[in-house]
Amino acid sequence: MPLPHVLAFAFLLFAIGAAGVLLRKNVLVVLMCIELMLNSVNLAFVGFSRHFGDSGSHVMVLMVFVVAAVEVGVGMAIVVNMYRRRRTLSVDEFTALKG
Amino acid sequence: MAGAAAAEAAHHAAQVVSSTGMLAPIIGLPLLGAAINGLVGKKLPTSAIHTIALLCVGIPALIAWVLFLQLTGLEPHARNLEQVLFPWIHVGGFQVDFALWLDPLSAVMLLIITNIGFLIHLYSIGYMKGDPSYYRFFAYLNLFIFSMLCLVLGESLLLMFLGWEGVGLCSYLLIGFWFEERENAKAGKKAFVVNRVGDFGFALGMMLLFVTFGTLSPVGDGGINAQLATGLPAGVSIGTIEAAALLLFLGACGKSAQIPLYIWLPDAMAGPTPVSALIHAATMVTAGVYMIARLNGLFFHAEFASEVVLWTGAGTALLAATIGLVQNDIKKVLAYSTVSQLGFMFTAMGAGAWAVGMFHLMTHAFFKACLFLGSGSVIVAMHHEQDMRYYGGLRKFMPRTYWTFLIATLAISGVPLFSGFFSKDEILWFAQASERGAFGAYALVSLAAFCTAFYMFRIMWMTFWGEHRGVPEGHGHGDDHDGHGHGHHGDPQEQPWTMTVPLIVLAALSLLGGYVGLAHVFTGGAVPNYLHDWYHPIFANSHVGLLPMYEASAELTHSAELRGVFISVFVALAAIAGSVWLYRGKDKLHDVFEANFPPLHKVLWNKWYVDEIYEAILISPLVVASREFLWRIVDEVIIDGLVNFIGGAATNGARLLGKVQDGDTGNYAGWMVVGLFIFGAFAVVAAML
Repeated sequence: MPLPHVLAFAFLLFAIGAAGVLLRKNVLVVLMCIELMLNSVNLAFVGFSRHFGDSGSHVMVLMVFVVAAVEVGVGMAIVVNMYRRRRTLSVDEFTALKG
Repeated sequence: MAGAAAAEAAHHAAQVVSSTGMLAPIIGLPLLGAAINGLVGKKLPTSAIHTIALLCVGIPALIAWVLFLQLTGLEPHARNLEQVLFPWIHVGGFQVDFALWLDPLSAVMLLIITNIGFLIHLYSIGYMKGDPSYYRFFAYLNLFIFSMLCLVLGESLLLMFLGWEGVGLCSYLLIGFWFEERENAKAGKKAFVVNRVGDFGFALGMMLLFVTFGTLSPVGDGGINAQLATGLPAGVSIGTIEAAALLLFLGACGKSAQIPLYIWLPDAMAGPTPVSALIHAATMVTAGVYMIARLNGLFFHAEFASEVVLWTGAGTALLAATIGLVQNDIKKVLAYSTVSQLGFMFTAMGAGAWAVGMFHLMTHAFFKACLFLGSGSVIVAMHHEQDMRYYGGLRKFMPRTYWTFLIATLAISGVPLFSGFFSKDEILWFAQASERGAFGAYALVSLAAFCTAFYMFRIMWMTFWGEHRGVPEGHGHGDDHDGHGHGHHGDPQEQPWTMTVPLIVLAALSLLGGYVGLAHVFTGGAVPNYLHDWYHPIFANSHVGLLPMYEASAELTHSAELRGVFISVFVALAAIAGSVWLYRGKDKLHDVFEANFPPLHKVLWNKWYVDEIYEAILISPLVVASREFLWRIVDEVIIDGLVNFIGGAATNGARLLGKVQDGDTGNYAGWMVVGLFIFGAFAVVAAML
């Protein structure tokens, strides 16, 4: 599979994730969209790795997996607490930190 | 003269400098004493405080004598001892070491400062007894000795300047020593501010010298005096020399209280009397004279500046002496007397009679210190009453104070055989006979000498002779700085030995101190003029001759000099006779002058209105300009406006930008994406280019 195809697909996934982050209101969905963006980047890494015959990128992919796993752990804990306090998960309701 | 100068230049090249290790303790000990008393003195018993202070001046005084003897043992041109303590400032071409330099000129100053300083420390034990800030007084006094020695022993002008500022600081601290009273604090401030004007001149003069000569050292082989020994160095214009000399003289006017900057010294009498004796009579105020002597090579070439020095000195001598005629505060009279005597010294310096000026500096240190300490003794006996109208008849109560005061009075009045006679007479001679002298200046200082004898005997009449008047009951005088332990009743008492011994020593010096510098006219050469010979290596390259007619004929010189002596003796005796005629047997002594010469008295009583004139032409415009322009416009409109504008811009800008942070996470993410696109676009464009 040629590199441009991989990159185009990765870009598509990233755009979908970004659009989800921007447009969806449910925190859980936003978190999932972030996962989608992270994985689109992973895909691009793997594509580059294959294209250049360099396995170094795989290290980065593993790294992103770890960060994503941690992020989900922390993020889900926050989401549970948010729900307990406000009985809602809409991001529009959480605007206490305004300037 | 040119031939002599060339010969002297040859001798200059062969200048010998020896190294010594004994100068450091001389300045180190007073600093140590000041540190101990200043830091932990509050917890020490009084006996420990003054023991430390006295040792830290007494030991340097002894070392000073050892070094002096060591100098006398050397060949005249080899009388230079140097000690480099550490490299001080080494920046590019600017190299200054913290180095001390002892030569005949600084050696005499060193002896005066340490020995008279020691006597005055001893005296202070009695004078300051019971003062709550006893430790502070001795700490300041030791710090003063340290600074003054830096000034005198400094090998470079920079170290001299350090001492110059140091003594100014100590002067400020000690004038305002009893700062609880507002007047005293104000007097200290006045001294400090007026001295700033002079110091500004000194600093500029110093920089100009460095730019011109590439060194800040007046002494030594490459020093300023050596560079000027055979005339102006190539590329140095006479204008530069004159400018530097005038700027430095401005500094001298501040420190040594000459017109126009003399106004601080009379007010400085607010300080304790030992301070007046040590700082404002014997040592610090003579720093300007010493500076000119140190830089004699510079002033030798600066003929115009020398003329300014001559007339300033002569004018100050007369002006201050006339004001002294009518003052009733005993210390005020002595203060104006000091200003006047300093004027005499500057007259000598202006006439190029360097050694004579230094001679008068020395004898003045003796008799004026004695007079001030004597007045302090009287002031303590009178429970800190300084108005002579309440004195009178103290002779029988305080015989030692009386006799020592009388000797010093005779010395300052120029009565023959006393020290002041020999030095003052030589100043009068050179004021008229030097090729830099002027008959007008001679007339001014002669009149000043007349006034000097008159006001000194006025003090004698008002204080020691006649009937004792005493302070009337209910005359509330607030400045008995309590704890002195004297009752307010009973007759005045003689003071303890710590106060009378310094008086006796100083009186002996006032009597005998003049015999080290006997002029040729008195001795016919049978006895050498020791002081003149001693200073010869210092001033050899800066010899100012007499007027051509005197240079031509030794006989004419002798007869003219003799005539001058008779005139000056006559002047002194006439003044004394005048005081007898005016004051003898009178009750209300202070009224006598007023009754006989009312308009003159009024002008003199108001000190020629000089303070008022300064107030009108300098201070008021300054205050008004400061308030109406600097405060209302520069400060409030420009500076405040600028600051408030910047602050306001930040506040308002922040308020606008704050709206961006609305707490909506979605918006944040949106902005991130926008940023991402901008970066991406930027990267793409950069890659395409």
